[in-house]
Amino acid sequence: MWQRIAHLIRKELLAVWRDRKSRMVLIGPPLLQLVVFSFAITQEVRNLDIAVLNQDLGVDSRELVARFAASPYFRTVGALRGMAEIGPALDSRDVIAVVQIGSDFSRSLAAGNAAPVQILLDGRRSNAAQIVQGYALTIVDSFNADLSERHGHKPPARSLVARAWFNPNLESLWSTVPSLMVILTMLVGVIVTALSVARERELGTFEQLLVSPLRPIEILIGKTVPALIIGLGEGTAILLAAVLAFRVPFTGSLPLLYAGMVLYLAAVIGVGLFISSLVATQQQAVLGAFTFMAPAMLLSGFATPVENMPDWLQMLTLGDPARFFLVIVKGIFLKDMPASEVAQSLWPMLLIAVATLSGATWFFRRRLQ
Amino acid sequence: MATLVELDGVSKRFGATLAIDALSAVVKGGEVTGIVGPDGAGKTTLLRLIDGLLRADAGKITVCGRNAATEAAAIHTVAGYMPQRFGLYEDLTVHENLTLYADLRGVVAAERARAFTRLLGFTKLEPFQKRLAGQLSGGMKQKLGLACTLIRKPELLLLDEPGVGVDPISRRELWAMVYELVDQGIGIVWSTSYLDEAERCGNVIVLNEGKLLYQGTPGALTSRAAGRSFLVTEAGEGRRKLLSHAMTLPEIADGVIQGRGIRLVVAEGEAAPTAASLGVAEEVSVWPVAPRFEDAFVALLGAKATHQSALAGVRHAGERDAIVVAANALTKRYGSFTAADHISFAIKRGEIFGLLGPNGAGKSTTFKMMCGLLRPTSGTTSVAGIDLYRAGSAGRARIGYMAQKFSLYGDLSVRQNLAFFAGVYGLKGERRAAAIARMIATFALTPYLEADSGSLPLGFKQRLALACAIMHEPDVLFLDEPTSGVDPLTRREFWAHINATVERGVTVMVTTHFMDEAEYCDRVALVYRGRVIAEGSPDDLKASVATGETQEPTLEDAFIALVDADESRLAS
Amino acid sequence: MNPATHSGRARRIGGLIRKETLQILRDPSAMVIAGILPLLLLFLFGYGVSLDLRQVALCLVVEQPNAETGSLAASFANSRYFTLESGRDRRQCDADLVAGRLKGVVVVAADFAARASRGDAAPIQVIVDGSDPNTAGLVQNYIQGVFGNWLRQQQIASAAPAPAQVSLVPRLWYNPSIESRNFLLPGLVVVIMALIGTLLTALVVAREWERGTMEALMSTPIGIAELLIGKLVPYFVLGMAAMAISVATAVFVFAVPYRGSVAALLLVSSVFLASMLALGLLISTLARNQFVASQIALIGAFLPAFLLSGLIFEISSMPLPIRLLTNLLPARYFVPAMQTLFLVGDVGAVLVPSTLSMAAIAAVLFAATARNTRTRLD
Repeated sequence: MWQRIAHLIRKELLAVWRDRKSRMVLIGPPLLQLVVFSFAITQEVRNLDIAVLNQDLGVDSRELVARFAASPYFRTVGALRGMAEIGPALDSRDVIAVVQIGSDFSRSLAAGNAAPVQILLDGRRSNAAQIVQGYALTIVDSFNADLSERHGHKPPARSLVARAWFNPNLESLWSTVPSLMVILTMLVGVIVTALSVARERELGTFEQLLVSPLRPIEILIGKTVPALIIGLGEGTAILLAAVLAFRVPFTGSLPLLYAGMVLYLAAVIGVGLFISSLVATQQQAVLGAFTFMAPAMLLSGFATPVENMPDWLQMLTLGDPARFFLVIVKGIFLKDMPASEVAQSLWPMLLIAVATLSGATWFFRRRLQ
Repeated sequence: MATLVELDGVSKRFGATLAIDALSAVVKGGEVTGIVGPDGAGKTTLLRLIDGLLRADAGKITVCGRNAATEAAAIHTVAGYMPQRFGLYEDLTVHENLTLYADLRGVVAAERARAFTRLLGFTKLEPFQKRLAGQLSGGMKQKLGLACTLIRKPELLLLDEPGVGVDPISRRELWAMVYELVDQGIGIVWSTSYLDEAERCGNVIVLNEGKLLYQGTPGALTSRAAGRSFLVTEAGEGRRKLLSHAMTLPEIADGVIQGRGIRLVVAEGEAAPTAASLGVAEEVSVWPVAPRFEDAFVALLGAKATHQSALAGVRHAGERDAIVVAANALTKRYGSFTAADHISFAIKRGEIFGLLGPNGAGKSTTFKMMCGLLRPTSGTTSVAGIDLYRAGSAGRARIGYMAQKFSLYGDLSVRQNLAFFAGVYGLKGERRAAAIARMIATFALTPYLEADSGSLPLGFKQRLALACAIMHEPDVLFLDEPTSGVDPLTRREFWAHINATVERGVTVMVTTHFMDEAEYCDRVALVYRGRVIAEGSPDDLKASVATGETQEPTLEDAFIALVDADESRLAS
Repeated sequence: MNPATHSGRARRIGGLIRKETLQILRDPSAMVIAGILPLLLLFLFGYGVSLDLRQVALCLVVEQPNAETGSLAASFANSRYFTLESGRDRRQCDADLVAGRLKGVVVVAADFAARASRGDAAPIQVIVDGSDPNTAGLVQNYIQGVFGNWLRQQQIASAAPAPAQVSLVPRLWYNPSIESRNFLLPGLVVVIMALIGTLLTALVVAREWERGTMEALMSTPIGIAELLIGKLVPYFVLGMAAMAISVATAVFVFAVPYRGSVAALLLVSSVFLASMLALGLLISTLARNQFVASQIALIGAFLPAFLLSGLIFEISSMPLPIRLLTNLLPARYFVPAMQTLFLVGDVGAVLVPSTLSMAAIAAVLFAATARNTRTRLD
């Protein structure tokens, strides 16, 4: 039995390797995506344009405007001449924010009163807008501190000192590249298995396998193991790229990462096999895989944190293996996550893997009746 | 009749291969012109060139007075073209397919209603108008494909291998339809690699590797083989061995199995074969028979099929008369539809048993139940003493299976395919290496060992598929339409290997609706509407329908007569 | 052109459109792409995928509680953004931060009150989980906000003379309640239309090649332009229908405001859809095989519409080569156009350049398709 399975695995790997189309799907897109998306998927906000409407004539307002202009966060800081220009500037997306300083700004400050400065932000880009607001706040705070000092006030005793653990400079790449390991290994695991049975059905070789001494369970193992090997290979390539090319720190335990990867791949391969036992053509297999992967990606916390979702949807994410592997990958890369913590995410994946693989086996056998 | 197509020195090249090589020929109206040749001869390319779908690299093609290179659009209004898979939309109904082509060809209003009535009556598809084309049988699809090209009566009708995948009854109906069109003055071009079809054409263009070998009536070509064809009978059980021996003789140009005897064609100028010249001790009778187109065609191609198979040599010493494969009251129901209805038969060791029947008669269902791919609703099967559906792994190791078409891993090399199947069938170590080496030697696969098996020439694909099916020395070999759509030379070679396998005591079960294949069987069962309606040797079946009118019916005649008889019995 | 050939052409195109429509209605995979997937995405985005932080798990470590730290804790507890834990020792929180159960820790040192009352620097330490930089940044901002408010309240309470201060008053235009779905759902319509326009079209034409029906079509009197129009019209209608359903769902189910005109919506989305259909046709004429076509369509249309269009990730923050690349993607123009139509209105300064850019891309793609659709089979 094991010898037959070994031959099936060998054949499967050879077939994937020798078929130009499969090679294209397995090597081209992941590589392209790794490179493009590593750089594109950044939640930092840079190179943004803002405008300032300064209706005040005092020195202080000019000082404040100068600070905005000198900030490295903004690419250009234009000057508006009147309230009427604010609307068009924002509407046309020329700027993401307008800083408006009222005409009594300097007077208020001189009188020792609070001087409000408005910042009007483009809500179409709410996410970036909120980050811009944060930058503006930092600028205003430092302006205030210097102002107090100049007026002989001591700097406020109480202050916040913020530090980011695990990623002190909040580098996007450190988070994106490990996340891509989750997404791309899922892509490979699902596509390879979903397509392999469908392809054999289309080519007529599937019946050839069924009349051979191979048992259905052996065929399933023979389809699972190659996908696992290919997925692990893909994962390893991304790991190397992350550490060597993207210089993402790797702080945790390599064996734990691979333990997670194996369970994760087993879970998604189960889904792939499930799809392939349902469909008749490669076409349907691609669509089926896609219909699974799009929500699985969204619910994993890859694009937006799981905590932001409503509670019922958070419950749904418990069935998504990517959600758990994402925690493991980021934890091991950046946080040196201890084994006890990793185990917290391992066992749900184990459950999901057992569920998907046994479900696939059941469907696969049923389809053969 | 008027000349419809004129080809003058036409060449077409795809990359490095010359698909059509300086071809000059004509097609006339009011007759069927056959384009005949082995696989890869350039038949489809020629049809596409005539229809203006491809542009020739050199030479000139005139179709109905128009230049195919520059006036393709005009040609499309006067010519109808049916591609290999009939060009139907399988997810549209019969009526919707017809409507689409009526729209495209500008047949409207009253003219459309008349055309539909005419064509639906002509093709007998009237009752099936609402059925999806994908759910039609092969024969009906082909009739619908034809109807779609006939929506506006064309001057010229181009049909690309319309006879492939179609049973004899549908084929006969198709020819009747085609002759009716010919009577209306339409010129028809029919490409085929089946030589019995070529015989029915008024005119044939014989192609090989893009070159014209012959143009003229089939009769004129056939007459070149006059006086050279002989039927050697009473060869009995030894006919396969006799054939394989005869083919080694230099004076024999061609030979095939026909019923209980063998049919031989001697080389030009050679005398009739005798028992002595064939080297057999027993008494044989040698009858001169009328030549067939096939005899002349094989001679024209100048390629003598190698009937020598290195598989020869007796292995199994098992009892000759033991029943190896049996079906007992095998029944399969899908809801209220009964696909197979109490089918029973028994196959002895070393026998070739054929399951014949029109499309959709239930032979594939029966075949799948026999190999254990399908669970019978009731009844039992026994293959080498086991029920394959229940037996599992060990039982399946004792059978070999070759599916319809080429179903090996096209992306793997020949060697990798062999290694894979050896492994899956549990061959280990030295036995495995020896089995692979034996298959490579037997089927002369050495030059292609590292090539992708998908890129092999058809003959080698067949060899490889067979090698993978018999490498583990199975007791029983299942073949599902093994040579459907395959040219006569490749088919001869394939059957030479099967014959040698059988000589070694392997039992073979084959499904087919292709009569040349059925001739190779020791016994056949004719399946119709889920039941076995006739069983016996091919000669028995032929004899059972012989009447004063048809003294020597062909197997195809027998097939049709038996089905018709069953049909009328059911009606009464 | 005489009327006879004209009506012949109309009939041929009509026949093709009818055929294509019937096929769409009968093909389960078309229904999956055009029906199930858009709804799935809409509801996931509408209900779930949100960039707005809620219930950020925060631990407030107060080494020595007193009245002042009590009011600080109350400020954090009252914020709608945080779910607050409290502790006495920072080390208790470390493990939770590693596990991701906490997004941030605020540490008030034992000598905080004493130093503050002396007027010495009394920093409160904030630690955020940097493994998700975006969330980390937002958490920092929110903590800063709560702290700032608390500080002002403290000063008012203690009635100390406040130093003159500049205060920043933020106003988020178009989306004052900062709802993610208000800008994500309009962008999602883009993804859905890209899928239908490109993936479906690429698949159906490739299927005709694979099944040999293209050969049969080409042997009829139909011209190449007619063939393309016959293919485009049904998918155009399908794409526009999907757009209408998506917009209606966004407006009526998820209460996203729509401030533009219907005419502008129809015009802009027609141009975008045309460019996507052209891309689909081009892919299928190049690929001729459903498998390859689907792969190219996913990589060439769906993923860029999702990731490189500015829908989730700011284009201006991407490196220059990728920024330049996005200029070639119709989705990159359509996403801001849709967001503007929904949240702002008919802003010519956004819509006109976007529409023109998309039209230019569509024209180039159509020209390439016409060149590449081989009228013959070689």
